[in-house]
Amino acid sequence: MARIELRATSKTWDDVVAVEPTDLVIGDGEFVAILGPSGCGKSTTLFMLAGLYAPSGGDILFDGAAVNEVEARDRNVGIVFQSYALYPHMTVRDNILFPLRFKDVPREEALKRANAAADLVQVREYMERKPSQLSGGQQQRVALARALVKEPQLLLLDEPLSNLDASLRLTMRSEIRNLQRKLGVTTVLVTHDQIEATTMADRIICMSRGRIEQVGTAEDLYHRPDSLFVASFIGSPPINLLQANAAGGQLAVGDGRLPLDGRADGKVTLGVRPESVVLGEGSLQGRIDDLEPHGRETIYHLTTPLGGVRALEAGAVARHKLGDTLPFRFADSLVFSTDSGRRIDGARAIAA
Amino acid sequence: MSTRSSRALVDRLIFLGPATALLFLFFVVPVIVDVAIAFSDMGRNLKVTEFTTDNVRRLLGGDSRLTSIMGVTLTYVLCTLAIFNIGYGLLLALMTTALPDRAGGFFRAVWLLPRMSPSVVYALLWTWVVAPTNYGLLNQILQGLGLPLADMKSNAPMVLIILANGFIGASFGMIIFTSAIRSIPQHLFYAARVDGAGGLSIIRHITLPAIRWQLSFVTIYQALALLVSFEYIWLITNGGPFFDTTVYALYVYRRAFENGQYAYGAALALGLVVVGMAVALVLWRFFDMRALLQRPRIEVK
Repeated sequence: MARIELRATSKTWDDVVAVEPTDLVIGDGEFVAILGPSGCGKSTTLFMLAGLYAPSGGDILFDGAAVNEVEARDRNVGIVFQSYALYPHMTVRDNILFPLRFKDVPREEALKRANAAADLVQVREYMERKPSQLSGGQQQRVALARALVKEPQLLLLDEPLSNLDASLRLTMRSEIRNLQRKLGVTTVLVTHDQIEATTMADRIICMSRGRIEQVGTAEDLYHRPDSLFVASFIGSPPINLLQANAAGGQLAVGDGRLPLDGRADGKVTLGVRPESVVLGEGSLQGRIDDLEPHGRETIYHLTTPLGGVRALEAGAVARHKLGDTLPFRFADSLVFSTDSGRRIDGARAIAA
Repeated sequence: MSTRSSRALVDRLIFLGPATALLFLFFVVPVIVDVAIAFSDMGRNLKVTEFTTDNVRRLLGGDSRLTSIMGVTLTYVLCTLAIFNIGYGLLLALMTTALPDRAGGFFRAVWLLPRMSPSVVYALLWTWVVAPTNYGLLNQILQGLGLPLADMKSNAPMVLIILANGFIGASFGMIIFTSAIRSIPQHLFYAARVDGAGGLSIIRHITLPAIRWQLSFVTIYQALALLVSFEYIWLITNGGPFFDTTVYALYVYRRAFENGQYAYGAALALGLVVVGMAVALVLWRFFDMRALLQRPRIEVK
C-alpha cells in the first residue's frame, strides 16, 4: 500500500495541455475517485500514475520516492480498463497468472495466489474458459483478479463499470467498494459517472479541462461546490442556475427581486438545487409548464418571474397538475460570481 | 413461373458467365492440355505420334537430376520463407510499428521499392551489384574495406537468389503483419506493461498470438508462391552455374523450353501441382487454418 503524491504534475501533447500542473495527495489505503467529463484529463492522470504516460512536468511520488523514471512494470500497480483488456488467447487462469510470470513466484505459489484472487471475485469456476466465453461482468471480475493477484501497492480503475448493464453496475459498485475495504489497497477510480464516484470513493477529485476543480467528500461537492462547474456537474436533475445582478443587498433575478444575505456585488449566478425549491408555500409564484413523474419523485418545470425553475418533490403521486399556478420558496441557495465562476462564501438569496 | 426461372438463369449467366469463362479458358483448358501433353511424346517439333506413360515413369524415378533439383528447391523455399518472408517481414513490421508513424511509414516504403520495380530492372540491379569485376557495387564496397573481391554468382549463387527474392518477399509479410499489429487494441499493450511484461515478453505473449492467423496465412501463401515462381532466378543466374540454382519450377521451364522436351516438361509441371497441393494441405493442417478461419481474427474484447 502506498501514499501517492502529485507535485505540479502536468502532461502536454505537443501544444495541447491535457493536465495542468496539479498537486494532490492520496492517503495510504484511501479510495479516491477522479470525476469529470470526457477530455478533462482524468484518464491521463491515471495513466501517469500507472507509468504508461511520462509526466511532462512535476513529480509523482509513491511513499515519498519519485517514480517518474520507474517503468510501468516496476511500479507494482494493478489496473482495470474499461475494455477489461483481457488477453484473448489465454484462459482465465493464464490471464490471472500473467502478472506473476514476471515476478519470481514459484509455480505452486503462483497457482495458489491465482486461485485466491479468483475466489475473491468469484470466477473460480471459469478458470479454463477464454475471455470470449465470458459475459461482460465476468470479464470485469477476471480483470480485477488480474490486477489484484500481484498485491499491488496501488489499484487503478479506469471507468471499470461503464460497459456493464445497470443492475450489474450496481452490484459491482458495492463489490469493488467492499473488496477495497477488505484489502486496504490505495485505489484511484476514474469515472464520468457522479453516482459511481459518490457511492464508492472516500474522496472525490472533480476535474475539468485539465485542472482540479475541487477535492472533497460527496457532501462537500454537492452542498458546498467551489465553482459553477462543480455545482452543475454534480447532481441529477441538475442545479437551477439563474443569472442575477447583486446591488444594495438585493438580487435582481429576471423580473423578480430577492433579498440577499451576505456580501455580493455585480453579476452573479444564483444556484438552487431542485429539491431546495419548496412548492405550495412562500412568497414567489410560478406556473407548472411540464412535469416528469419518476416513480419515487416528480420533477416540475416552472415558469416564474425569475426564469425557468426545476423543482423536485418526493412522493410517488404528483401533488400538482400541469398548468397550476402556485407559490414556492427556496429552502437553500448558492451564489456564484458569474465572471470567475467561484462560489461567494456566505452569500445566499432569501426567498421565504 | 417459367419466365421467372428463365430470368434467374439469365441473371446467373450475366453475373457468373464472364468469370467462369475466363477460369475455364485460362485454368481448366491449360490443365487438360498439360495432362494430355504429359502423356504424349511431344518434342521439339511439337508433333504427337503416340500417347505414353514414359514421362511419368521418368518423373517418378528415371531422372537422376531430379533429386538434386528437389534439394535446391527445398533449400531455396525454406530459407527465403523463414529468413525473409516471415522472419524479416515480421521484424520490419514490429520495428516500424514501434517507430513514430512517419519514420515507420518511410522505412516501410523503402522496403516496398523492390516489389514496385519491374522484375527485369530489379534483376539487372542485382546483376550489377554482384558483378565479379572491380566495378560491381559489392566489390567496390569490399575493396573499400580492403577485402578480396567476391564472385557471388559463381561461388554463392544460392545465397544470391535467396537475398534477391527475400528482399522482395519481405514486404508482403511486412504489410500484412503491420496492419495486424495495428489492429491489436492498445489497452492490451498497456495491460501487459503494467502486468510487468518487457518488450520481448509483450511480443511473445501479446503480439504474436494476436497475429497468429496472419502468420499462418503468409506462410502458406508465400510457400506456394516461392514454389512456383522462378522469374528472378531465371533473370539473375539462369538456374546456374550448371543446375546449382535451378529450382523445380525453373527446371520445368528449362526442360520444356530450353531442351524442347515438352512432354516431359508437362509431366514435371503436373508433379509440381501435386507437390503444391500436398504442401498446402500439410500447412493448412499444421496451422489449424479451419479453426482460425471460423473465429474472428482478433478479439477486441
